[in-house]
Amino acid sequence: MTTISVKAGLTRGRIELRQSFTNGADLWSHFFWPLLMLAVLYFMRDRAFGMSGFTLGALALPGILGMNAAFGLVSMSQQLTADREDGTLLRAKATPDGMRGYLIGKIISVAGGLIADLAIFLIPGLFLIDGLRIDAAALIWVLALGLVATLPAGAILGSVFTSPRSQGLLTLPILGLIAISGIFYPIAALPGWLQAVAQGFPFYWLGLGMRSALLPDAAAAVEIAGSWRHLETVAVLGAWAVTGLLLAPAVLRRMARKESGSRVAERRERALRRIG
Amino acid sequence: MSAVDVEDLRMRYGTADVLDGVTFQIRAGEVLALLGPNGAGKTTTIEILEGFRMRSGGRVEVLGADPAHAGERWRARVGIVLQSWRDHGKWRVRELLAHLASYYDDPWDVGELVAAVGLAGQAGQKIRTLSGGQRRRLDVAIGLVGRPEVLFLDEPTAAFDPQARREFHDLVRAAAGRTTILLTTHDLDEAEKLADRIVIVNGGRVIADGTSRELARLIAGEDEVRWTRDGHSFSTTTPDSTRFARELFLQYGEAVHELEVRRASLEQTYLTLVRQAEGTAAP
Repeated sequence: MTTISVKAGLTRGRIELRQSFTNGADLWSHFFWPLLMLAVLYFMRDRAFGMSGFTLGALALPGILGMNAAFGLVSMSQQLTADREDGTLLRAKATPDGMRGYLIGKIISVAGGLIADLAIFLIPGLFLIDGLRIDAAALIWVLALGLVATLPAGAILGSVFTSPRSQGLLTLPILGLIAISGIFYPIAALPGWLQAVAQGFPFYWLGLGMRSALLPDAAAAVEIAGSWRHLETVAVLGAWAVTGLLLAPAVLRRMARKESGSRVAERRERALRRIG
Repeated sequence: MSAVDVEDLRMRYGTADVLDGVTFQIRAGEVLALLGPNGAGKTTTIEILEGFRMRSGGRVEVLGADPAHAGERWRARVGIVLQSWRDHGKWRVRELLAHLASYYDDPWDVGELVAAVGLAGQAGQKIRTLSGGQRRRLDVAIGLVGRPEVLFLDEPTAAFDPQARREFHDLVRAAAGRTTILLTTHDLDEAEKLADRIVIVNGGRVIADGTSRELARLIAGEDEVRWTRDGHSFSTTTPDSTRFARELFLQYGEAVHELEVRRASLEQTYLTLVRQAEGTAAP
């Protein structure tokens, strides 16, 4: 039965991924951010950063890539909440081994969609920005570790927030974190205590990891301690991954246990009241 | 053998007893309606049987297992149709059925199932574009896709127009076959049409259990007799309308005209039972 549900989950992920690239609303969200970010890059491409010899555009492109990768956390959380509200999750619960299939499918569709979004941004970006040097191996390990660090955390947040509206609460602190994570402007220019806060979250480390994968080593001079700090990157992202993977199953189980038809109906009534 | 066995089921939220010792059985292959007014505890009962809700007390067995602790093997033998589903709106009808079928060992053939519920014309359509009635047909198809031994239907036709309701009843009767079905409804007519047996719940308690005929017989004094004599009309209610009519004729013979006897209907029975139960429950 386990192999059946793993196979079903893979199919599910593939179908969801296809759906998200074949309807207008989803296509818009796949292209809107990458295109907006490319526009931002376009205006930053010639501006030099101090005496470093690098343009702001070259420093920002990997950071933006890292930020987008970290957004898997947000989309995982949003999708879980939405699926709970419309009963998709309850359907999975009513199906033998359906929760396993659902989760595998969700991980594939969120990670797959994310990688597609990264490509939509990165490929045109490479043509736009000079001075990049691609280390494919580093790109892959940073991205892979980043996904393992952020997706379980997203699943946990998605279990905690009960409605898409309350998901809105999540956006503000995340935008704040992005602002202080050295995505658009090197973090070394920030006050020390803000640097400390940013270094507790995956946004900064994904950005740093991406810079290490896409910039020449000389660019590390701009970073904290003048180094790519790979060890620290692995340590912080790894800590997020381990914590997430340890907590997520229990949190998800708890959430799934509480799902029932009347709960889904209750939530719908609340939503309708808000509209009506 | 009982497919479903519920004994002294209790559910308490805070200080309120939603279920206060519910007991009933469903034989394998039987269609049973759990009938009662809104808030009687029907949905709570069915959710406990589905394994979606923990009970406060009592013993529950569905297909020989306690739903609160039954595993995925058990889950595969149970089909569920909830009051309303809005899930998987982006999926196409056939796509979703085929996907869900893939979780089961011996599912229905998807093409056959789609035709059986009358959705052959919509098989390639996105689910969110289905009409309300079509959506319910899909929900029933999903409930049946794994060839369940027990099917739970929670208020399946709430908010249906009469035409859609009749079509739905035909569908469930055709689908029933040898499946054990538990449906909840507050619609007496629906219970009478679909169920072999009716369990009436009110205030968290079973107040009657039997076939519709048995239930109607439970309540005495409900037959209504009307007649006219010497140009005046009369009416009365009596537990034994046959005997009343005989005595009426013995007494007045040919003076009696336009005799009309209305047997106790299940509706009257139901209303009387609920009223009585509420009378005894009141302090």
